Amino acid sequence: MKIRVHVSLKNGVLDPQGRAIHHALEGLGFGGVNDVRAGRLIEMDVADSTTDAALEDMCRKLLANQVIENFRIEKVA
Amino acid sequence: MGFTAAVITFPGSNCDRDMAVAIEQITGGTVHRVWHGDAELPSGLDFIALPGGFSYGDYLRSGAMAARSPVMQAVVAAASRGVTVLGVCNGFQVLTEAGLLPGALMRNAGIRFVCRDVPLVVENNQSLFTARYTAGQRITIPVAHHDGNYFADAETLDRLEGEGRVAFRYGEPVNGSQRDIAGVLNDAGNVLGMMPHPERMIEPAQGGSDGRALFESVLAGLGVAA
Repeated sequence: MKIRVHVSLKNGVLDPQGRAIHHALEGLGFGGVNDVRAGRLIEMDVADSTTDAALEDMCRKLLANQVIENFRIEKVA
Repeated sequence: MGFTAAVITFPGSNCDRDMAVAIEQITGGTVHRVWHGDAELPSGLDFIALPGGFSYGDYLRSGAMAARSPVMQAVVAAASRGVTVLGVCNGFQVLTEAGLLPGALMRNAGIRFVCRDVPLVVENNQSLFTARYTAGQRITIPVAHHDGNYFADAETLDRLEGEGRVAFRYGEPVNGSQRDIAGVLNDAGNVLGMMPHPERMIEPAQGGSDGRALFESVLAGLGVAA
């Protein structure tokens, strides 16, 4: 089973990397970019028997730091 | 039995030797070097130090992989028994990732790696780590980090300040840290995490010795004969 875990910064947490990317886009002449937030995508291939609870446990224990990050689990196939 | 300490080395630690030398020179004690894969710590430890560096190449998040390494289970257990634990720089990141300290250390607000001497204010001189400083004392200690931007939610920050758990604050903006926090204590007061490197300021040849009092405080506070 292919899994994608999307990790993003929580609302209200400043994102210096997103801000730098935003500046760089503006520097390249792209107008109309209102905001940029940078996150992380983790792709995993796991046994089909892996439960949703186990996937969430992986996110909570390692893949995301819930002090600053949210996660979303997507089953690709 | 003299003062007994352990310095943990993770793959990618690079301040472990400096930390061991500082502890040895100031406390006159025994310093064990412990590898991250060791599941057990030496017995009879008074003090555990997690050094600076780039453990596991800062993969995933700074300190994230180190916090899940075998030795950290033992460090968490020792901390809960009351053993004194100091985490500096990457060691501070490891302590937050391991849940021993609140908050998180994010990318510096200015994006750049910051490597220079910075002014620190001793906010709380009642702690085990700071008793040899005076309250409000301004000291100079170097920083060298990319991810030192301390973040915690407002409620947590209020609690830390209310409980005197902000040990050190930057005397000028350094990395975007919430409320200029440079070092925090755990609830019980036996765990300190800080981004600046006191072990790099222990003798005049290093440009100053403002870091010595931290180690002297621990030695005196634990009441162990050197």
